[in-house]
Amino acid sequence: MKKFVDIHDVTHVYARTEDGAAAVEHLNLAVREGEFAAIVGPSGCGKSTLMKLATGLQFPIKGTVIVDGKQVTAPVKLAGMAFQNPTMLPWRTTLDNILLPLEIVEPHRSKLRRHKAEYVAKVEKLLAQVGLKGQGHKFPWQLSGGMQQRASLCRALIHEPKLLMLDEPFGALDTFTREELWCVIRDLHAASPVTVILVTHDLREAAFLADRIFCMSARPGRIVAEREVDFPRPRDLEITYTPEFTTLVHELRGHIAQARMAA
Amino acid sequence: MPIKRQLTLAPWIFTIGFFGLWELICRLFGVSSFVLPAPSTILLAIWEYRNQLAYHAMHTLWMTIAGFGLAVVFGLLLGMVLGASRLINAGTYPLLVGFNSIPKVAVVPILVFWFGVGWVPPVMTAFLISFFPIVVNVATGISTVEPEMEDVLRALGASKRDIILKVGLPRAMPYFFGSLKVAITLAYVGSVIGEQNASNVGIGNLLTRASAAFEVPLVWAALVVLAVLGVVMYVITALIEQSMTGWAQRSQMANA
Repeated sequence: MKKFVDIHDVTHVYARTEDGAAAVEHLNLAVREGEFAAIVGPSGCGKSTLMKLATGLQFPIKGTVIVDGKQVTAPVKLAGMAFQNPTMLPWRTTLDNILLPLEIVEPHRSKLRRHKAEYVAKVEKLLAQVGLKGQGHKFPWQLSGGMQQRASLCRALIHEPKLLMLDEPFGALDTFTREELWCVIRDLHAASPVTVILVTHDLREAAFLADRIFCMSARPGRIVAEREVDFPRPRDLEITYTPEFTTLVHELRGHIAQARMAA
Repeated sequence: MPIKRQLTLAPWIFTIGFFGLWELICRLFGVSSFVLPAPSTILLAIWEYRNQLAYHAMHTLWMTIAGFGLAVVFGLLLGMVLGASRLINAGTYPLLVGFNSIPKVAVVPILVFWFGVGWVPPVMTAFLISFFPIVVNVATGISTVEPEMEDVLRALGASKRDIILKVGLPRAMPYFFGSLKVAITLAYVGSVIGEQNASNVGIGNLLTRASAAFEVPLVWAALVVLAVLGVVMYVITALIEQSMTGWAQRSQMANA
């Protein structure tokens, strides 16, 4: 399968940093189309920079970023994003929050008003998929943290993005809710051809969800290890209690510990 | 009594208590009505001069609403510009703060040089004194959009205009309506100052004439009318605020 996201020898320094220190340096990373990639690393290793580079919110000072066969020179428009903070707009209902990307991105933008009913049906279907059936009329602040995060996933997916970027989306949730949402993400990925890049601190999360895991070094970030995960799909939560799973997590932990030591 | 009833009754009880106390002090100590007229005396004066007061109050009301309306339009526009551009914000802030620090009563003579005596100086004074809080609040609301939210939209190809219209402006609304409550009372002060110095009608003008003629009860009557109108205008803006930004008023603290 072809490379969907190809980050080649990228070095990036934020314009605002005073000491000129690079956020990422000689970063190489390739994710295939439809693949579920996870990026783990010590905090402050430039994972968020990687997200911004891949979505065209930042451009590298050295190296190339290619997404869907084209070099990134502007926001890519084919990405959906979700963050640790669900960032729902409190003055919109959940439904209207999820419709927001369609008010921005073409061709939906110009069609939204005339085809409102179709789009609303689409939101309802997504809501049902993430376990929020019939909750669209509620305001986000009437939902729990886990439910808001589910809605945030819907918002990231409503325009059928080819690339889904998740920046520690479950970081603020309790363990049970988090595991439930792992399964939601797993099923969403299985149901569509979307390529997913998940940035996380949680090694079990990475091991359970991903096809391929990248370990990043401390700042300036680069990839220190790449690991294919070959547990068969569909995966059940039970696999997280198998010895193979524990071995994998242990191995990842070793890489991260090393990266932290080197820093 | 349930807490809700207490809350609705409290303003009335406190207000009536305040005037009752005032009346009591005036009578007990035999205060001269030249120094401090009792509320009953003021009430009588209001009744006596009701036609005159109503006529001038209407004028002041119009001046205030006109100046306030200008301030809302101008404040929203300038606030949007300042919220959207850090460069313009940084560049114009000293000017804005400097301008706001000038006592507006000192500007009235200039307005008279430009526009002569009439309705323009009160409207302009009301406008000049009340736009600043609106600008600052709208700018703050827009410039504090969460960076994640901005990333979500920018990655989809949203323009700066999209982000301001979809997120920045709605988000600034609680700030905006909050500032309106400050601005309306300021606009009121502004129009009265304008009328005192550069108009032949309005409560401000009435005040000037009444004090020049030592008609003390009339002066007090005019002040009370001003206060009542001020409260009414404030309540109207507060009600509009509540109906427009109910989503922002869900704090537990505010309900306690």
